[in-house]
Amino acid sequence: MRTGVLAKKIGMTRVFDAQGRHVQVTVLKMDGCQVVAVRDQQKNGYTAVQLGFGDVKVKNMTKAARGHFAKAKVEPKKNLVEFRVDEKSLLEVGAELSAAHFVPGQFVDVTGTTIGKGFAGVIARHHFGGMPASHGVSITHRAHGSTGNRQDPGRVFKNKKMAGHLGDKRRTIPNLPVVSVDEAEGLLFIRGAVPGCEGAVVMVCDAMKKKLPSGAPLPAGLKKKAESAAPKAEAPAAAPEEKKE
Amino acid sequence: MNLLKKIEQKEIERLRSGAAAIPDFAPGDTLRVNVRVIEGTGEARERIQAYEGVCVARKNAGLNSSFTVRKISFGEGVERVFPLHSPRVESITVVRKGEVRRAKLYYLRARRGKSARITEKQSDEAGEE
Repeated sequence: MRTGVLAKKIGMTRVFDAQGRHVQVTVLKMDGCQVVAVRDQQKNGYTAVQLGFGDVKVKNMTKAARGHFAKAKVEPKKNLVEFRVDEKSLLEVGAELSAAHFVPGQFVDVTGTTIGKGFAGVIARHHFGGMPASHGVSITHRAHGSTGNRQDPGRVFKNKKMAGHLGDKRRTIPNLPVVSVDEAEGLLFIRGAVPGCEGAVVMVCDAMKKKLPSGAPLPAGLKKKAESAAPKAEAPAAAPEEKKE
Repeated sequence: MNLLKKIEQKEIERLRSGAAAIPDFAPGDTLRVNVRVIEGTGEARERIQAYEGVCVARKNAGLNSSFTVRKISFGEGVERVFPLHSPRVESITVVRKGEVRRAKLYYLRARRGKSARITEKQSDEAGEE
């Protein structure tokens, strides 16, 4: 099992495929998605890589978090997420993942936080049909109607679908095909919609329920050493500054 | 949004390279659109089908630009919307320039025959006639 990646949702657009059909795609951008820590069997009892993503101001971080990044010699990141991997797919600390981690045609699962809708009624939240517009219905056109029986059972059953908070939940959309990949720009083009608003950070993993294509890079698609060496060189220079603050 | 615009611009450039140039046309013009049609399901046999009619609308929206062509086919009005940059649109030729005062000629839908005519633009064709 390979690691997933973190990416920023840029927005949606459409492209034409080889047959001239429109394909609606979500554009995700990967920029500075680096390995911050590694969990191994011996020390932690499980294997995983911890990835960091997104810029953050050092002054806004706790000292503990600064120490964590200083130890890894990685630029501080806004988001930290662990991905469980098998032993063969463990990565070096500091390695930067590239968009070439995924190959066009493969399927991915995308996890993110859906857009919050606030307090929503049953029609929006549970797709209820509502009530007729006429035939004597007054005021209650979008109400849920009856919530149960009478004296027996004398209560509303648990999990009755009612109005309430909608959205702002962690959701995974499985089996979305990767349309194309722009390695130089760090862009992923994924067919279909992805949870979250524009600018939201999402997790992209190889689809759990589909076979990984043979062309996918193992253990992971990494940016070339020359590129990842530059942030590495900056990290020690930044470390003394952190201590002063 | 800026990055998306750039991506769309790149996609337009990719589609336009090698494709026939889009002629200058506006609503009211009669167009012949050569469309790539795939025949049958088994083997992909491709041929070009011409669709001729009056352009009744244009939508200018970058990659998502499209135009609508209306014609009367076997006594029934048919409107077809083509994505301007679609690879399926092989080429567009302007058959006749029309003189209209609207950007969207939806009023043609309610008309038939004589009243649905569009006068030809004089300035372009004056020399030929």
